Amino acid sequence: MSELRPDLQVVADWILPNTRVLDLGCGDGSLLRHLFETRRVTGYGLEIDPFNVSECVRNQVNVLQTDLDQGLSDFDDNSFDYVVMTQTLQAVRYPDWLLGEMLRVGREGIVTFPNFGHWRLRLYLALRGRMPMSGALHHTWYNTPNIHLCTIRDFEELCEKRNIEILERQVLDHTLRPRRRSGVLPNILGEVALYRFQRGAGSIL
Amino acid sequence: MAKPLPADSVGLVEPQRAYFEDALPLDCGRSLARYEMVYETYGTLNAERSNAVLVCHALSGSHHAAGYNSLDDRKPGWWDACIGPGKPIDTDRFFVVCCNNLGGCHGTTGPSSVNPETGQPYGPDFPMVTVGDWVRSQARLADRLGIDSWAAVVGGSLGGMQAMQWSIDFPDRVRHAVVIAAAPRLSAQNIAFNEVARQAIRSDPEFHDGRYQSEGVIPRRGLMLARMLGHITYLSDEAMRAKFGRDLRKGKDDFNFNYDVEFEVEGYLRYQGRRFVENFDANTYLLMTKALDYFDPAAQFRDDLSAALDRVTASYLVVAFTSDWRFPPSRSREIVRALLDGNKNVSFAEVEADEGHDAFLKPIAHYQSVFATYMDRVALRVGA
Repeated sequence: MSELRPDLQVVADWILPNTRVLDLGCGDGSLLRHLFETRRVTGYGLEIDPFNVSECVRNQVNVLQTDLDQGLSDFDDNSFDYVVMTQTLQAVRYPDWLLGEMLRVGREGIVTFPNFGHWRLRLYLALRGRMPMSGALHHTWYNTPNIHLCTIRDFEELCEKRNIEILERQVLDHTLRPRRRSGVLPNILGEVALYRFQRGAGSIL
Repeated sequence: MAKPLPADSVGLVEPQRAYFEDALPLDCGRSLARYEMVYETYGTLNAERSNAVLVCHALSGSHHAAGYNSLDDRKPGWWDACIGPGKPIDTDRFFVVCCNNLGGCHGTTGPSSVNPETGQPYGPDFPMVTVGDWVRSQARLADRLGIDSWAAVVGGSLGGMQAMQWSIDFPDRVRHAVVIAAAPRLSAQNIAFNEVARQAIRSDPEFHDGRYQSEGVIPRRGLMLARMLGHITYLSDEAMRAKFGRDLRKGKDDFNFNYDVEFEVEGYLRYQGRRFVENFDANTYLLMTKALDYFDPAAQFRDDLSAALDRVTASYLVVAFTSDWRFPPSRSREIVRALLDGNKNVSFAEVEADEGHDAFLKPIAHYQSVFATYMDRVALRVGA
């Protein structure tokens, strides 16, 4: 099997062995397959794209063809250790609600998203006056699936508002590898943001 | 036909017969003292006997799932789109078995067979059979063929229900279940359609309480109506619109203002009905619809499907089609959800298709891709 994409490797490193994982927008199932093989994790992937569904089956991943905008009603409360969503948050219709769904179904949530606050994107808009495009955001404004882009600061503010407790944050550079000094100006220097989080103290399902 | 068979066909096949002398107890409380089953096989059973796939037929299907029985056949078996060399159920790798179910009318003992006790056709005296009964009879056939465990049990619609039942009743004998365009049990609407079909048959003056064979007649109109009704539920509104629209029958450019066939769709339904009557038995149709109505594996588990599926060890592939309103995707999701409750291995594909319930018989790209990929995985797992 080919090597795991570096950002997925960071996610994988956060997941403890022998746990149950639900992967929202699981693509071709690479992350889940990697977790099965290296950490004896069990779980399911949700994916909407027909081609990817077949690829998951090829990767021996349990995949359920599902539209995330319909929510996670097929899943019981607290039925997973982790609910993971990589590079998908910005493409769903109700990201705030889905984050809540993730923490209803899972003990912890893990998300990754392209940071719209990265300096290159800021500069792109400031200098060219056009919707920013980058390696992580290569769609034009009219055909992008990314309808809810946000910055690191936006995300953290939402978590605060929704009583979501952030357990860990990592920011990646354009090669999707962790930045060496990721604590420095993350909202300006980080190209992709990764978060691990749980329900804040006192919050109920 | 008399032209060369397609390269991806299993070719010429000959139905085979198996006789059973041990009585088979049935869910209805009665039993069949002896019976025969007709079946076809495609491909070769490997030395480990690990590559056998059971294909279960739906309401009006038969043992003839693929290939041709004679070079003159106009059409191949009912699931030729999915069974053959290089097809999703690849006969170069799998040994495929498909039998006509008990109560059928294609050679397996059913209402039109002779009742050994009376020397007359069973007719209405043939006992009611259930999906569970079929599974038990298929298990006996598997014993006869030396198959301890199926690599996969596969079926669409009522066939998918048999695959489910297999995985519940014989968890050790099913490694994978492929359940396509099915439901965990019928809805009130499903049963209602079945009841109208049955009433159409039973109220035909030629039905004679089911003893029409002895009278030398066939309840032709009733069976035809039942099939016409069924056919509407197999197609989607969209498929009918695309196929017929409001087109008038060929050669017509105006209404006749009478009850002859005016629209193409009327002609089509009548044609389907007439053709069906030629090769299907009315009593069998009644039995098959009852088997559908009775199917409800959760019933014995206080209506808890998750509990019913708890003992399942097979991995599942569940497939549904967006335009299927007979067993829509939401019904397949009930199965998936119950499997999730038990942490079972399950994958689910919801295939975008306009063909309605009939889509499971059609070569639709996403359907064939996910089905073939899954069967490929099955083959790898069982060493086929």
